[in-house]
Amino acid sequence: MKENLKNDKNIIHFDNVKKMYSENAMALDGVTLSIGKNEFVSIVGHSGAGKTTLLKMLLAEEKPTDGKVYFDTTDVHSLNRKDITQFRRKIGTVFQDFRLIPGKTAYENVAFAMEACGRDDREIELDVPHVLDLVDLGNKIWNFPSELSGGEKQRLAIARAIVNQPEVLIADEPTGNLDPINTYEIAQILKKINDIGTTVILTTHNKGVIDSLNNRVITMENGKIIRDNENGKYVI
Amino acid sequence: MFWMNTKRIVKYGFINFWRNGFVTLASILVMTVTLFVIGSLIFVGAILDSSLGQIKNKVDINVYFVTTAPEEDIISLKSSLEQLPEISSVEYVSREQSIEEFKTRHENDQLILQALQELDDNPLGAHFNIRAKETSQYESIATFLENYQASGGTPIVDKVNFFQNKVAIDKLSSVISSVDKLSFGVIVVFMIISILIIFNTIRLAIYTSREEISVMKLVGAGNFYVRGPFVIEGIMYGVSSALIALVLFYPVTIWMAPLTENFFGGANVFNYYVNNFAQIFVVLVLSGVFLGGVSSYLAVKKYLKI
Repeated sequence: MKENLKNDKNIIHFDNVKKMYSENAMALDGVTLSIGKNEFVSIVGHSGAGKTTLLKMLLAEEKPTDGKVYFDTTDVHSLNRKDITQFRRKIGTVFQDFRLIPGKTAYENVAFAMEACGRDDREIELDVPHVLDLVDLGNKIWNFPSELSGGEKQRLAIARAIVNQPEVLIADEPTGNLDPINTYEIAQILKKINDIGTTVILTTHNKGVIDSLNNRVITMENGKIIRDNENGKYVI
Repeated sequence: MFWMNTKRIVKYGFINFWRNGFVTLASILVMTVTLFVIGSLIFVGAILDSSLGQIKNKVDINVYFVTTAPEEDIISLKSSLEQLPEISSVEYVSREQSIEEFKTRHENDQLILQALQELDDNPLGAHFNIRAKETSQYESIATFLENYQASGGTPIVDKVNFFQNKVAIDKLSSVISSVDKLSFGVIVVFMIISILIIFNTIRLAIYTSREEISVMKLVGAGNFYVRGPFVIEGIMYGVSSALIALVLFYPVTIWMAPLTENFFGGANVFNYYVNNFAQIFVVLVLSGVFLGGVSSYLAVKKYLKI
């Protein structure tokens, strides 16, 4: 079992975090968890186990009912609205449903994330084609999301998530809508991103992906962490 | 940084406007109809103003002087009346003009003309036709004249016909003021309905982009940067709709002109449209820009709370 302490080696620390949506709906029940820099962590569990809520806490999309969430030394939920915007630029996010901007081309979807961070046009013109090449979408640069396959959409979402070189990449069930070949490809891309020094947090239901990664696996059930293993396997 | 962001916001506003084809078209259609209603209210206001103005113009009071009233006293009364703020105009008809008018009016009535010839002197006095700015002011003018005495202390006013026509004038005044209030009320109600329709249309258009807004927030875009293109898009809906409504008014006012002229008398909507084009243009475009921009600003706000 990994030791979950707040220290300099950890980039993320959940300190006894609880989230209740109503009296009968406890989404997180006293979660304490640390994630180290450059670590690749997979979070598994049934639907409703609290995986997505945990990630929403980290992105400051939801406030905890009790407890604190730290990113480095910053208490995420003490940030004001403007600082939250700055803070989110340190985290890249990939979702199961891709959440691409339908009215923008592949290039524009990636460029938007850079523009939002205030990067200048020259940087954008250099970096966007390069990142799209990395995820093997160099030939679909001017296509709209509706013109891409599921795997291509997810690769585009990953390109958008990493283009600002975030410290942490969150992938919330990124392979949930994909076939086995695309699932394998996405898992390999995430591994590559972790190899170049980005902390990756992956939630998934896919046993094959977890077993092939051979990294830390956290198992959640009813809002609690019930298992936390280095080099873990998919066990529910 | 600020200019770079502003440039990007304007660019994306234009791109979204162009690419969101169906939403853009639907929004422009609804906004055109509502701006057309706002424009129509301007025309209705103008027609009512002109019709009421004409009715008001038909109301005047006549002041008849005694036949012995010296002309210089009458002239001096005229100039002092003209200085009163309530008075719009004073027309002086001398004794000679009065008899001439009388003869013209009765040129086919030989009996009256013969009777006039029998008289030694002109039996008619001079009179004033007075128009006030507001019909409600006639009473105070009439009372002032009734009590007027010339410099010598002799009364020169024989009769003021206001008191004979008082009931009719009072009735007309109340009708005019009711129509004024009613039309103002109707215009305000239609304005509110138009604003609500535009706000709702834009809200629906932005509802379709709520996911997009949440993604923009999650990739670290600030509120100003997320909201900007939507506000630009809203402003463009407003400008396009205002221009279409302005173009539509051209054939509509040509078609309506003879109808309104016959019905209301005098007010030609097409002439009004042509003569006041700049004013109508400014009102419609500014309304479109304001309603489109503010509606977008408010509608996006709801989805920025992430």
